[in-house]
Amino acid sequence: MQLQVNGTTHYLDVEGDMPLLWVLRDVLNITGPKYGCGIAQCGACTVHVGGEAVRSCQLPVSDVWGDVTTIEGLAAGGTLHPVQAAWIAHQVAQCGYCQSGQIMQAIDLLARNPAPSDADIDDAMSGNLCRCATYPRIRAAIHDAAATMQEG
Amino acid sequence: MGRAKTIARRTFLIGSAAIAGGVAFGAYTVARPIPNPLLDRIGEGEAALTPFVIITGDGITLIVPRADIGQGIESLQAHLIAEELDIDPHSATLDPGQPHAAYHNSALAADGVPFPHYHDGAIARIARAGAAAGARVMGLQFTGGSTSTADLHVALRQAGANARETLKQAAANRTGLTRSDLRTNDGAVILPDDTRIPYTDLAADAAAIDLIEDVPLRMPAQWRLLGKPVQRTDSVAKSTGAMTYGIDVRLPDMLFATIRRNPGIGGAVLSVDDTAARAMAGVRAVVPVSGGIGVIADNTWRAFNAAQAVTVTWGAPDYPATSAEMWRVLEGAGTRANRNSRLRNDGKVDDALAQSQVLSAQYRAPFLAHAALEPLSATVLYTPQRLEIWTATQVPAVLRDKAAELAGLPRDAVTLHLLHAGGSFGRRLDIDYVLPAIELAMIVPGTPVQTTLTREEDMTHDFPRPMHLARMRGAVQDGRVRAFDMDAISPSVVDSWFGRIMFAPPGPDALIVLGAYDQPFAIPNYRVTGYKAPPLVPVGSWRAPGACANTFFHDCFLDELIHAAGADPLEERLRLITHAESRRVLEAVGEMSGWSGPQLGQGRGRGVAYAYAHGVPIAAVVDVAMTDAGIRIERAWIAGECGTVYDPVNAEAQVTGSFLWGLGHAMDAELTYEDHAPVQTNFDRFRGLQMYQTPRLEVRLLGQADHVRGLGEPATCAAAPALGNAIFAATGTRLREMPFSKGMQFA
Repeated sequence: MQLQVNGTTHYLDVEGDMPLLWVLRDVLNITGPKYGCGIAQCGACTVHVGGEAVRSCQLPVSDVWGDVTTIEGLAAGGTLHPVQAAWIAHQVAQCGYCQSGQIMQAIDLLARNPAPSDADIDDAMSGNLCRCATYPRIRAAIHDAAATMQEG
Repeated sequence: MGRAKTIARRTFLIGSAAIAGGVAFGAYTVARPIPNPLLDRIGEGEAALTPFVIITGDGITLIVPRADIGQGIESLQAHLIAEELDIDPHSATLDPGQPHAAYHNSALAADGVPFPHYHDGAIARIARAGAAAGARVMGLQFTGGSTSTADLHVALRQAGANARETLKQAAANRTGLTRSDLRTNDGAVILPDDTRIPYTDLAADAAAIDLIEDVPLRMPAQWRLLGKPVQRTDSVAKSTGAMTYGIDVRLPDMLFATIRRNPGIGGAVLSVDDTAARAMAGVRAVVPVSGGIGVIADNTWRAFNAAQAVTVTWGAPDYPATSAEMWRVLEGAGTRANRNSRLRNDGKVDDALAQSQVLSAQYRAPFLAHAALEPLSATVLYTPQRLEIWTATQVPAVLRDKAAELAGLPRDAVTLHLLHAGGSFGRRLDIDYVLPAIELAMIVPGTPVQTTLTREEDMTHDFPRPMHLARMRGAVQDGRVRAFDMDAISPSVVDSWFGRIMFAPPGPDALIVLGAYDQPFAIPNYRVTGYKAPPLVPVGSWRAPGACANTFFHDCFLDELIHAAGADPLEERLRLITHAESRRVLEAVGEMSGWSGPQLGQGRGRGVAYAYAHGVPIAAVVDVAMTDAGIRIERAWIAGECGTVYDPVNAEAQVTGSFLWGLGHAMDAELTYEDHAPVQTNFDRFRGLQMYQTPRLEVRLLGQADHVRGLGEPATCAAAPALGNAIFAATGTRLREMPFSKGMQFA
């Protein structure tokens, strides 16, 4: 089985029903996507497949339909993605465990809606739990990133 | 009479504290200097300047012994040292070190005595000193109780200052100049001609001279980092996927494992059929571990699947099977025989209640899981000579000792690699998730094994906040609150938790009444009595233990009395509080919110709440609105007083986060039990707050007090009562049981 992750092609010998999350974490040692619930209820495992945010804990690796991007693949070339830069500027993270998934979800939102309102952000982000409740700073960072990306 | 009894009770407690503390060990033991643990780990030409600073030719390492569980304490510890050492904290290596008595937590022990923080009489001071001495002698290196900053802020600044002056002396000796001619800046000693000697070049010289001690600390006006907006040391790693949590450890040839233990905690394992599991791909071993079974495989997913394929017959534990039965136990537990403390007994409560019309109510708080987003894990490498453990813990010394005992090795054969936790909220004050991981690693000596709990196993085996019940009575007269009588009934967290990790200490459990007996109200007739219920499910410390439930009971019932008296909720609280700091936070939140009473017009309402927790007075105002979909929380204002605010950006995050934590769980979270186990074992049924429920918040920290306290927990305590009081103002419905979703729909 062949899997493209962050621009690298991997050849895998795993069960087709193995969730993408565990292929990334335990087979490829790409640990940015996190295990939180295993049932697509927390969003910590969020990655992009074919440019779209998906919950990798519920996606069998045989069903992956496109190139996979994880949080590690965002800053390729050493430049932070504007969403990551906004996250750092706003010091969003407390424990930080959910933030890979939050950032991947936020990038997906901004790709579809370059200038989201608070309500748009709530709609798009409410499936990503943050037990530390960093939500106010996530909102602020998304607004900032949106502004930066529109200028850029 | 009541007062005499209170004093007698407290005197007994002081006895306990003193025995646990200095007296039993003798004055010499307590005063004996603690050696610098870093001297054992440095090499030739490397300097360990205090237990917190290592300088080598290659770089600077700061020891940051308090565990970072999301509260940002790694960063603050580094900034406290760096301020005086004159380095960029982002340029140093940050290392939690190995557990040692040098890193004991005096503040946590001192907070354990049954006196409110604002009570500074002779007996209270002696008790705190005794407890602190005990922590020192026993080397209690705990992260908890919002005590890290209070405990270490002076010690870490002092370490930085002493190390800096020692480096200057080394430079003075080398150049023939005097120390007072030298300056320091950005990791270097600066000579009068502006020549820079990097600290790293001075390591060997500094190692050869005596440490310069008792260096005067800089005044706040001189600070360049503290009190200013600075970047947390972990922000970049946590925004790029680079942070290595316990679950992310990857070692060569590592195997992956999981455990399944009896969902009825403490129940027996009656039979195991692992035939199917053993035949599954990638499975290396299925073995018994304490309380259940463990599976070792070549990846976590296969281990999870194989563990589910094991058929186990579990025996019943020795606690009731259902929540309903447990509530019945609690309802019957407020008896004279179970009376455990009466730490507040002012005026003549019985007389006052006999002379007035009595308002009475019963309040309840449910079991709650910690449910940190990172499931519990530990990675262990065992050989017959050594044990290495990679995990996150709030109790590293306890872990090291118990791990050594389990592996049959001396303590110094155990190395801990202490990592950032993906949340904890008190869960990692236990070590139950590490011990089975050691058992599994001992099956395959020489091969590292990472044991990860499934979310379901993590929540089934949480040590939750206990269910808590309060019987309230009170009376009002002439528009004022005249009597307040509270019975708090709960199983003992102290017995349960301390019993697991060390030993259950003697004396009353102040957590049963914490957040109630210690509220600084001058109600003329005022009594708080604690009743220790029989143990139910094993329980643990959950963010602001004790106080997280009691402040809800206490403040909402006070709000009921104020309403009955026809007084203004903010004005009457202010009238009843004499404690100056507490008055200031109430006044501040009134000003921030533009308080003019609880009514905001049709379908909207406003609640004020006050709580004193972990030495921090917190006042909050919450606005809610009725919508077609239910109650919506619109805005919240929070004012607190923790003394000096060293890291304002992170302080705001801690207040906001702990307040929202309190709101989310008050609204819609609980563990209920069927068949001895929680029904809610994943985030489909236990969520806490979500983004769409998050109100706009404003935080103000007054920064006027002359003491320093921590902020990881206190604001939790003002959230539920402020919300309950706001809902009453908007709807006329008084919610006396959490979660509020039992009685109110939320939008």
